[in-house]
Formats: sequence, C-alpha cells, structure tokens
Amino acid sequence: MQEPAQIVVDHISHLYRPPRGREVLALDAVSLEVRQSEFIALLGPSGCGKSTLLYLIGGFLPVEKGEIRVDGKAVAGPGPDRGIVFQHFALFPWKTVRGNVLYGLERQGMPKPEREKRAMDFIELVGLHGFEDSYPSQLSGGMKQRAAIARTLAFDPKILLMDEPFGALDAQTRGLMQMELLRIWQSRPKTVIFVTHDVQEAVYLADRVAVMSARPGRIKTIVDTKFDKNDPDIFKNKFFVEKVDEIWNLVKDEAIKAQGTRSA
Amino acid sequence: MTKTFIRYLPLLLLAVVWEMAARLGWVSSTALPPLTDVVRAWVDMLFDGELLRNSASSLYRIIGGLGLSIVIGTVLGISMAWWKPVNVLLAPIVEIFYPVPKSALIPVTVIWLGYGDGSKILLIFLGCMVPVTIGAFNGARASEQVMVWSARSMGASKLRVLWDVVMPGAMPELLNGIRTALALSFILLVSSELIVAQKGFGYLIGSLGAGGSYDAMYAVVLTVAFLGFAADRIYLAITRRTLAWRAMS
Repeated sequence: MQEPAQIVVDHISHLYRPPRGREVLALDAVSLEVRQSEFIALLGPSGCGKSTLLYLIGGFLPVEKGEIRVDGKAVAGPGPDRGIVFQHFALFPWKTVRGNVLYGLERQGMPKPEREKRAMDFIELVGLHGFEDSYPSQLSGGMKQRAAIARTLAFDPKILLMDEPFGALDAQTRGLMQMELLRIWQSRPKTVIFVTHDVQEAVYLADRVAVMSARPGRIKTIVDTKFDKNDPDIFKNKFFVEKVDEIWNLVKDEAIKAQGTRSA
Repeated sequence: MTKTFIRYLPLLLLAVVWEMAARLGWVSSTALPPLTDVVRAWVDMLFDGELLRNSASSLYRIIGGLGLSIVIGTVLGISMAWWKPVNVLLAPIVEIFYPVPKSALIPVTVIWLGYGDGSKILLIFLGCMVPVTIGAFNGARASEQVMVWSARSMGASKLRVLWDVVMPGAMPELLNGIRTALALSFILLVSSELIVAQKGFGYLIGSLGAGGSYDAMYAVVLTVAFLGFAADRIYLAITRRTLAWRAMS
C-alpha cells in the first residue's frame, strides 16, 4: 500500500502581476504529490513558474486558486516545518556564520547551551569549521551557500525547499556542493523540493524529476530517476546517461518554446 | 602620528598665513584680527565662564533636537517603508517639506515656543527629521525579500522581522541620513541663535560682533567649527564600528 503523500499540490493556478504590463498566467492547474523523505526536482526553462510553485509551497506567496496541503493541513503562510535555501543565499550580512545559524534556533526558543552546540554541529556538517566567526562578506559563494544550508538544516524543518541553490556558483563548486548535499541528505533524509534548470543536476540528485512546460507552467511529465547515486562513475552510468537524454529531449522543446514566446 | 601631522599641515600653514596677514597689515585687523589675539580672547572667555555657559545651552539644544529627530525620523521612515497606508499619508508631506529652507521657519518656531530653548530644539528637530526619515525609508525599502522570507520561515513573526531584518538592513542608509542631520543641526542652531536668542554660540557671535570684539567673535566661530568637525569624526568612528560587517572582505 502506498503511504499518503506529505505534500499535496492540488490544482494550483497562479497569476503573476508585474508592476507594469499585462498579468501572466504563471501556473495553470498544477498538481503534484511528494512523499516523505523523497527528493524531487522541479525542472523547466526559465519563466516556467517553478520558483513560483516553490514559494507557494513555502507559504511566501498567497494561494489564490487550488490548495496546497502539508501533512494534511492547508498552507496559509511560512512556517518552520518548511525551510528554504535561496540561489543568492539570503544570509544576514550583519551576523556571523554562527549568528546566522543560531537565528532559527533562537526563534524556536531552544535553550542557549543547546543551540550553541547544535549550531556548531551543523557548521561542522557543512565543512565550515573555523569560519564560524566570519561575516558573509568574507566568504566565497560556495561557503556562503554552505552557511545558508547549515542555517536551514539546523532548525530541523521536515521539508527542505531549494530554489536553484547552486545556480550562482561556478561549475567546480557546483559539482562539489551537489555531492555534499547528497551526502547530507543520505545521512539525514528529509523531503526535498529542488528547483533547477540543470538536467544533469536534477537526475543526479533527485528520486523523481518533474519536468515543467513553458508558460503557462504545467507539469508535463514526472520521470523516475531513483538509482544508486553513490556509483563513483555515475556520470558514465548507462541509466544516468539515458535519463539525462530522455529528460533533455522533454525540456528542449519547452526551452525552445520559452525562447520563442520571449522574442515574439 | 606623522601621517596625521602631514594630513593637517595645510591647516598649520593657513594659521601662519592668517597671523602674518593680520600682523603685517595685508588686511585690516578689524576684518581679520591676528590669530594669536583670537586665541587669547578664547582663553579669557574660557576662564570667565562665558564660553562654557553658552556652549552648554547650545549643546543642550543640539542634543535635544537631534535626539528627537533621530528617534521620530527613524520610526517614521521605517513605518513608511513597511506599511503602505503610512506611506500614502506621509509621503506627500515629506516631499513638500523637503525643499523648504528650514531657516525660514525660525520666526515660526519663535512665535510658537518663544525665545528660549524650545524654539531652537523644535527648529533643529524639524530640519533634521527630514534626512533621518529619508535615510530610514530608503534603507528599509531596500530590505531584501528573500531575507525577510528566510526569517519568516525560521519562525520569526512579522514584527520580529521588522526588528531583526529590516532595521539592521536599513542601518547603512539610516546612519548616512543621521550624518547629514548632524551637520544640519549645527547650521540651524547657529542661525537661529544669531537671529533670536539670549544664550548660545550664535547669540555670542552676534553680540560680540555688534560690540566690536572681533577677536572674541572669531574665537567663538572657531569653537563652533571645531565642535562640528569633532562631532563628525566621532560619529564616523561609531558608524564604522556599527557597520564593521560590511567593510570586511
């Protein structure tokens, strides 16, 4: 018997209203179910509404049409059951790495000795030991994102929302961070919704890849990509190569369409 | 030490030229009394207590007016950035008030609050509130959406976000606005005291000038200049410490 889904996105439509110009249908009756401890990637061309869907699940944007339920309850705003990591880190620049990681724990009302220890544990987990007293302005992009991940993991959200978290990093750092994320996720499984436009990244990290269509955003197909991710030769693995190829073919049309609507 | 000396060497040269110009009769000594006479007058005024008495009332006015403007201006600016209705209500008032030369309000504040401290404090408060409000508003408006969202997802209430994210984010712009206000407070203080006052630097400059004691008058002008400079330097040092997180890289 299939266990009930932890996150249910039920016929969500969303209008994007730019400050100037016409409103755009960003999401059109999107439905999606995510099981507990599942790693799902939302993949699609830019402007397909994948980040919008993530923000709706996070409770940052108001749900206008349809419903989103997390553990059976309708989402009505942000909450510490859903942690988020943004592309541009969103660290508090006036706080040190330690201060940033402590912030969520303070808001949860964790006693001081306990939260100090927990903050250090998570700073260590992401490999930032020795940088706990540095300010974000003193860190490289990859280190900033490690700090942001530590900050979000530390307050132990059941669900981790990631909005193109490695999109602002150089290729080498991105590869390393993908490995790190997989390691952390395997050691402490959580439900992850990971927004990306990178096909390889999606196939490498996720159990399932939801391919979205260009505007208006819909979920076109969901591809199963669950296999042994610890294969040291994973990028030559036949299954991996086939999946990347399959998904790339699905995305290609949408990407071309997205280009077309933009130049039109 | 030597660096500081070299930095301020031009001032020393200026002092020497000043002294020579007056002593050698290049300019009339009523227009520019010799610097050494000015210093002597300054020491005299310091010992007979006149300088301290007037400094005390001027500083009281500045601290009162500036302090009020910082507190109220910050609250107004951040409220305008955070709550749309407050912005709709206050933005046009701030816009209209912004270009008004605040010295034009000197007679108005006197009619309202008389010749004493009250009218000076009110004038400094009104004038300084403008740059503080605008600094707080611009700083708070620039607060990043993703930072606000991050804090909310970590369990911070909306009010908490205002204090924890919007305020520190607004700090660089706000501190800049306060620096402008600090300079403005000296301008408004002296001009209002020059026109109507019985105490303070402006009063002293005015009455000494009218009485022909030019060396003493210059001594007071230099005192105000030095205090303004010192206040700005101290303020900058405080700012640098507060914003240490930003400078580091």
